[in-house]
Amino acid sequence: MMESGPLTGPVPTDGTADASHPRSAEPTGVPAKPNPAANGEIAGTFWRRFTFRRPLAALILQRLGLSVGLLFAVSLMIFGGIEALPGDFATTYLGQSATPQAVENIRKDLGLDKPWTERYVSWLGGAIQGDFGTSWASKNSVGEQISKRLGNSLFLAFFAALISVPLAVGLGMLAVQFRNRLPDKIINVISLAAISLPEFFVGYLLIMFFAVKFGIATFPATVYDSMSFTERLSAIALPVATLVLVVLAHMMRMTRAAILNVMSSAYVETAELKGLSMFRIIARHAAPNAVAPVINVIALNLAYLVVGVVVVEVVFVYPGMGQYMVDAVTVRDMPVVQACGLIFAAFYIFLNMAADILAIIANPRLRHPR
Amino acid sequence: MNLRSIPLSAWIGIAGIAIAIFCAVFAPLIAPFGERDVVGDIWLPAGGDFLLGTDNLGRDLLSRLIYGARTTIFVALAATVLSFSLGMLLSFTAAVVGGFTDQLFSRFNDLMMAIPTLIFALVVLAVLPQHLWILILVMAVLDSTRVFRIGRAVALDVAVMEFVEAARLRGEGSLWIIFREILPNTLSPLLAEFGLRFAFSILFLSTLSFLGLGIQPPAADWGGMVKDNKDGIIFGISAALIPGAAIATLAICVNLVVDWLMKRTSSLKGGRGDA
Repeated sequence: MMESGPLTGPVPTDGTADASHPRSAEPTGVPAKPNPAANGEIAGTFWRRFTFRRPLAALILQRLGLSVGLLFAVSLMIFGGIEALPGDFATTYLGQSATPQAVENIRKDLGLDKPWTERYVSWLGGAIQGDFGTSWASKNSVGEQISKRLGNSLFLAFFAALISVPLAVGLGMLAVQFRNRLPDKIINVISLAAISLPEFFVGYLLIMFFAVKFGIATFPATVYDSMSFTERLSAIALPVATLVLVVLAHMMRMTRAAILNVMSSAYVETAELKGLSMFRIIARHAAPNAVAPVINVIALNLAYLVVGVVVVEVVFVYPGMGQYMVDAVTVRDMPVVQACGLIFAAFYIFLNMAADILAIIANPRLRHPR
Repeated sequence: MNLRSIPLSAWIGIAGIAIAIFCAVFAPLIAPFGERDVVGDIWLPAGGDFLLGTDNLGRDLLSRLIYGARTTIFVALAATVLSFSLGMLLSFTAAVVGGFTDQLFSRFNDLMMAIPTLIFALVVLAVLPQHLWILILVMAVLDSTRVFRIGRAVALDVAVMEFVEAARLRGEGSLWIIFREILPNTLSPLLAEFGLRFAFSILFLSTLSFLGLGIQPPAADWGGMVKDNKDGIIFGISAALIPGAAIATLAICVNLVVDWLMKRTSSLKGGRGDA
């Protein structure tokens, strides 16, 4: 990770990254040239030349490729893994007392009689085009349902992120500013407690107070097409508040740790000993180094938010992806479960990749793996 | 270590955990009513015969809470112990053997961690039949990915020490090195991690039960009790909040103890793997 070793010079930018490139342990061994950009005769394949000229673009491309590969592996796991697990869908679906003929019929009906490789290829082919087949339970198109619900879920997660990110970063900085003093200790204890609260408990607590006792919020948080924007906002007030509370504590603690890590490093101490003002230290020395970890923290928590949406949607009866998936799991509606699982995993992988890439852009040292 | 050096917050945590374990162990002796007995009207308010009121079927809430401690703690603890055994064994093997084995385990672990835990559990539980041991196994396998990552990092630090090298030169086998050299030296940071994973297990189990995929009725379990009583919330009946508060309290207590353990071992290396 980002150990805070002393910098050898001024914070390197894009330009200096090229000069120090040969230090990176390339297995192929790029010849060390002082100014590679001006030198056109670098041997090797196209990719090697590309990594040499544009190390940043190459790294980003590499991460993108890695994520696509990972997503592919995940799809294989969600589909293939389920096939490998014991238990037959048709018998589970019909119950133990089903006649063999009925089981046979339903297997044919759902296309389970074909080999799984064939079904996987057609499933993945459809999934790329947004067609996830039809639901076993309702016989509706899964893709259609998801396109409606995904928007709702993202709407919820977007507003939760909009509130929680600035709040978490602000509180984290406040905790660092007053480190080991009363405000820091209060924030520490409260956030430790908040981490331990299950999402549904927070949700019902909020419903109990704000919807039932005071009657200022609405429950259940149902949204439908004919609602105006402001009506929607007031409907999602409580779910958003729940998500914010759940994510905030985590994000804040991680922000605090990330900033503290930078502030306790040798170069900040040096700057302090030089007699620089606190503002100058933070603006010129600490902030550029703290950006990467903080961005990382935010992206990781946004990924967490995507998953946290599942429980919150069930609590508030909100018509989103999470509710759809949980309902499908209880009736063992596999096409829906697989589609939702894949989409959730895709968001999770994408956000983690974004965190990775942003960290590389913000911190040039990460461009040169040991 | 003397008892005075333990801070107040850790004492509160230890006390809370002790009470919960006491309830779990002696449930039939303390509980005023049976786990599944319908003893009164539905959703009676707290007080009178029923200290915390009754639930959606007229069962005594306090009794179910006490029996629920049993199920919740047992399943969460079993899953955590299993996940630790699995994760530590695999991670130490990866760290000691290295090479291809290490790569194989680590890459597979990365793949498992690329899917969010809850989503993974939902997908898997949709297929598998509903048994208690399957639930424990699924929770353990999913959690062991986090243990693996931390275990490997900690073990790698130890595996390059001189005494491990000395053991290798002496001709000791991999198993001996894992259990006699690495395990004792990594126990302290991993103990804090165990507490953290246990707290996470309690929350995870409660979430699954709340979604109707964890422990099946009529067995009492805190997450499932929230699910049973959630419809009362709209009428201002707080029966669902009581088991919720129990989950939160237990998780906070465990976290208080973990926080203290972390501070004690913070000089040793050991990442904190929040899911």
